[in-house]
Amino acid sequence: MTLATLTWEQLAELFTHFALLSMVAVGGAITTASDMQRYLVGEKQWLSTSDFNASIAIAQAAPGPNVLFVALMGLGAGGMPGLLAAMAGIMLPSSLVAMQASRWLQRNASVRGVRAFNQGLAPLAIGLLLATTWVLLSPLMAQPSQRLGAAAVALAAVSGVTQTKASPVWFVALGGVAGAFGWL
Amino acid sequence: MSAKLQALQPRNPAHLFWVFTRLALQGFGGVLAVAQRELVEREGWIRREDFLAVLAVSQVLPGPNVVNLAIILGDRWFGWRGAAAALGGLLAVPLCIVLALAFAWRQYQHEPAVAGALRGMAAASAGLIAGTAIKLSSGLKTNVLGPWGCTAVVLAATVALGALRLPMVAVVLGLGGTAAALAWWRLRA
Repeated sequence: MTLATLTWEQLAELFTHFALLSMVAVGGAITTASDMQRYLVGEKQWLSTSDFNASIAIAQAAPGPNVLFVALMGLGAGGMPGLLAAMAGIMLPSSLVAMQASRWLQRNASVRGVRAFNQGLAPLAIGLLLATTWVLLSPLMAQPSQRLGAAAVALAAVSGVTQTKASPVWFVALGGVAGAFGWL
Repeated sequence: MSAKLQALQPRNPAHLFWVFTRLALQGFGGVLAVAQRELVEREGWIRREDFLAVLAVSQVLPGPNVVNLAIILGDRWFGWRGAAAALGGLLAVPLCIVLALAFAWRQYQHEPAVAGALRGMAAASAGLIAGTAIKLSSGLKTNVLGPWGCTAVVLAATVALGALRLPMVAVVLGLGGTAAALAWWRLRA
């Protein structure tokens, strides 16, 4: 990544833009990636398309929360100050909302509306996880040469999580090795 | 979200920080699968159905899901100090690793083995998330929507977001709203 420098005003703009995205990022930060692309690459030209795509790919491959892709975009756009501005922006507003909402829900846990909210959303949460699986697998399933290997690795991981006590790390490592050998 | 506290709990914010560091470092391609395993199964800090409830709130509120989860759980145990500790643990060491990888990436991005390894890791992440969904679905046994209602909501959400790629906000409001309304009606005394 080439490390650019931004002025204070530009850093404030970066923070504000990501703080706005934080408030609409239902489903996680990645759901706003298309707007980040429009803003950072198109409008401001603080980041190249290849650095933008690399930020997402690297954060996916690294351990830790996927939101770290925002840190890499901030770094590419404005060095360490850019990293801090982007990360603070994407996390601060939503974290404050989450904390207050969770406290309120706990205080009112016996209220019928709150119980209905929790009970209704529980199966939705499961569906969202399965949809994520679908989205991750579909580009691999679209390639006939990768289909079989990807399905085998994914199934191994499913049975690993449900049937064994082994750490998920081992299945990711298995997938990485299989992929490096060109099996998918 | 019932507030029942478990017998086992983090001792202090520092303990929380280290457990979240440990789970974040195992979370390749996403942390949710590891969070469930470490917090529910290994540490026993939270019951599976409570984890599912916190996960649901973390997902439907805006913001990074795992960040929301860490903030909510940390806050529940130690207030804002707990939230800061859990979030710090989640981010500090992984951030250093991701920065190191970003610089290494420049050298190796065109190696076919590297691209292949990333595809393999993505396939494994997909499987881990599906496996976690299967495990967490045991938390639906006592759900007021019943087995058929829950199955319908799970399938509808999967198809709407996975196959049809409908906007998340529309699915959360439309499907989540319908499910919550149905739950509200069924919860009548």
